Amino acid sequence: MSAPSVSIKLSYREALKQSLRDALKNDDRVFLMGEDVGRYGGAFAVSKGLLQEFGADRIMDVPLSESGFVGAGIGAALNGMRPIVEIMTVNFSLLAFDQIANNAATLLHMSGGQLNVPVVIRMSCGIGRQLAAQHSHSWEPLFAHIPGLKVLSIGTHEDARLMLLTALKEPDPVIIFEYTAMLNLEGEVPTDTISVDSIYAKVRRTGKDISIITYGAGVYKSLAAAAELAQIGVEAEVIDLRVLRPLDEKTIVASVTKTHRALLVEDACQSISVSSEVSARIMEKCFYELDAPVLRLCGVEVPIPYPKHLEDACIPQKEQIVTVAKKIVCHD
Amino acid sequence: MIDFRMPSLGADMESAFLREWKVKPGDVVKRGDIIAEVETQKGIIDIEVFNDGIIGDLLVKIDEKVPVGTLMTQIFSLEEVKTEVKKSGEAEVPKEKPNIHLEVHRASPLAKRIAAEKGIDLSLVKGTGTDGAITREDVDKVVVEQTSPKATSTKTAGENIRAAVAAAMSKSNREIPHYYLQTKVDMSGVLNWLAQENKQRGVKDRLLPIAPLIKAVAKALVEIPDLNAWWENGLQRKSGINIGFVVSLRTGGIIVPAIHDADKKSVGEIMQTLTDIISRVRSLKLRSSDLSDSTITITSLGDGAVETVYGVIYPPQVALVSFGGITDQPWADNGMLGVRPVLNIGLAADHRASDGNTGNLFLTLLKNLLKKPDLL
Amino acid sequence: MSKEEIKKRVFKALKNIAPDTEPEKLSENSNIRKSLMIDSFDFLQFIVALDNEFAIQTPEEDYGKIGTLEELTSYILEQKSKNAIS
Repeated sequence: MSAPSVSIKLSYREALKQSLRDALKNDDRVFLMGEDVGRYGGAFAVSKGLLQEFGADRIMDVPLSESGFVGAGIGAALNGMRPIVEIMTVNFSLLAFDQIANNAATLLHMSGGQLNVPVVIRMSCGIGRQLAAQHSHSWEPLFAHIPGLKVLSIGTHEDARLMLLTALKEPDPVIIFEYTAMLNLEGEVPTDTISVDSIYAKVRRTGKDISIITYGAGVYKSLAAAAELAQIGVEAEVIDLRVLRPLDEKTIVASVTKTHRALLVEDACQSISVSSEVSARIMEKCFYELDAPVLRLCGVEVPIPYPKHLEDACIPQKEQIVTVAKKIVCHD
Repeated sequence: MIDFRMPSLGADMESAFLREWKVKPGDVVKRGDIIAEVETQKGIIDIEVFNDGIIGDLLVKIDEKVPVGTLMTQIFSLEEVKTEVKKSGEAEVPKEKPNIHLEVHRASPLAKRIAAEKGIDLSLVKGTGTDGAITREDVDKVVVEQTSPKATSTKTAGENIRAAVAAAMSKSNREIPHYYLQTKVDMSGVLNWLAQENKQRGVKDRLLPIAPLIKAVAKALVEIPDLNAWWENGLQRKSGINIGFVVSLRTGGIIVPAIHDADKKSVGEIMQTLTDIISRVRSLKLRSSDLSDSTITITSLGDGAVETVYGVIYPPQVALVSFGGITDQPWADNGMLGVRPVLNIGLAADHRASDGNTGNLFLTLLKNLLKKPDLL
Repeated sequence: MSKEEIKKRVFKALKNIAPDTEPEKLSENSNIRKSLMIDSFDFLQFIVALDNEFAIQTPEEDYGKIGTLEELTSYILEQKSKNAIS
């Protein structure tokens, strides 16, 4: 993809909305369904105004029944539509998990390759808004575990603006994670939306001393950490995984082969995380390039607490990323 | 088991940098084998072992500064190793390598890979990574040093040698109250004897006058042991007579290698030793034994116009014997005046350790010994 | 063996003994030992080198006959022809 030549400043929320609008405009088969996406404008106001613009047939409010409406989305996809199903937050996704894991992910296989399920399921995710243990999950690893799904994570404004459009080109089910805590954050997005690349991990900053491999809410924190590290002469490369399944091994291996050191950063708790898998792949594919043990900075293994300061303490912050990266590179 | 420690390569040496291990744990060594190279002010010196045996763990890493007396490795006898093997219940299993603890290196996979590619022994690399792990940088450093060994020293060999001489000579003039004696010797007997000897010898075995002179000094010292000594908290006589011989370098500076047990060597053996050590000095490829344990120094300026040398003692020794050039001079003998090849012999001695009378006895004895070169 | 070739080999031997010098620049009639600052020990090494190079065992009494480059080349030629006859 050629680099976008012109960019404008948008909030993460507005970028998501513009991509929804583009998707609805580009293809008549595309429609949005989800709880409160229409009249209310979306639980997080991402689809505000779209009902008026596109009508009730394409912006569809659904009952509070995740299993039911995700199943309906799968059915629509099987019948030639390109549904975008919004699950309000990842916290409620387990109610639809059977539909996702047992139907969407398996039907191509069960039908001997006859039935593609081109459904896109969006859900907001993560912590940072003091919603306590039941509403602050980072469950990307749960979905990334399931064969038959493509799992994407929107860690930047650029991807908020573009990733949905790419996802809709996929013939098979795609899960997209958006981050509630980033909705109001402003950032640069390209105005050129025509050239949408197929999705791989992306090097967001190049460096030669250490690869910081992350996704989602970890991307901007890692970039901020890399900027700070640069001031003490440590050149960190920041890789935004973007695709949590299937993992873009090639980009990871190329980066670690260059830097010989890796720090993995994610909000999800450490055990059986995306980082666990990335770490294992590094061992398998480029062990002899490693000049230091691969380290991980992940979520603390507790139910997420309510108070802000404890919430902050549960996930990797910029300062920790700087400290651990320094330890790996400079041994102090 | 014998502890092998950093030897003192001259009394003025405090430490040296280990530059290379020539052995690894488990290697079988014989007395006189070179096991390491160290860098002193006198350049790179080969370090020899003085016992047969099997090398244990290498306890000093490349480029470490190693003070004299530091334990560098241990040498196990074959018997010790055999007993170890029996104890461990593998009595009948023939072991190629002795049962010596071998270190598992804490090194990154990349460091190990590069070390393997470049043939670097990781036991010699100092790790600077987390918990002392060896990183790529540590290995790269050793690779760079091995490919450009001189890159590490900022001073040239010449400058280092100059500094070493300066330090030793300053100390000498500051601390040692020298007294000087001098005598003349008719060298015709020695030179005639040499000419006869050399006719019978092949080119490679020819003798120079310095060989019988060194032997004569060694024999005289057997009788006058107070000059074969060190001054360290009082006079310490030395049992072996190890003669330090001043070799000047073509590029400037001097190095003083030792001829060990010179009193027990024949004149021919002394010449052979001289040939070996002088060529090692001139190529700056010295061995540890060349530089250790000198008990007195001889300097000879025989090739110029100099007749008499007033020497500066090399501390902590207590005497220095000097030879000028052999020149034809008028000589009275048995009431007759003739022309003889004459050598001026000087003695500089430490007045704390001996008195003029000791020096007089020594020079007189030396002069008499040189009258009968065939008996040397 | 030509004089030039003898000189070439002599220079090589001298260069081995006194690597910091330039024997090629010696003039025919200057004293080799004095010009190149060769001491008695180095000179003995040079005599050994002549033996290795030309198979001539220079006796001590002949040392006076090989002071200059010109003398040395003539001496070597002479000795070699003697050897050839015997």
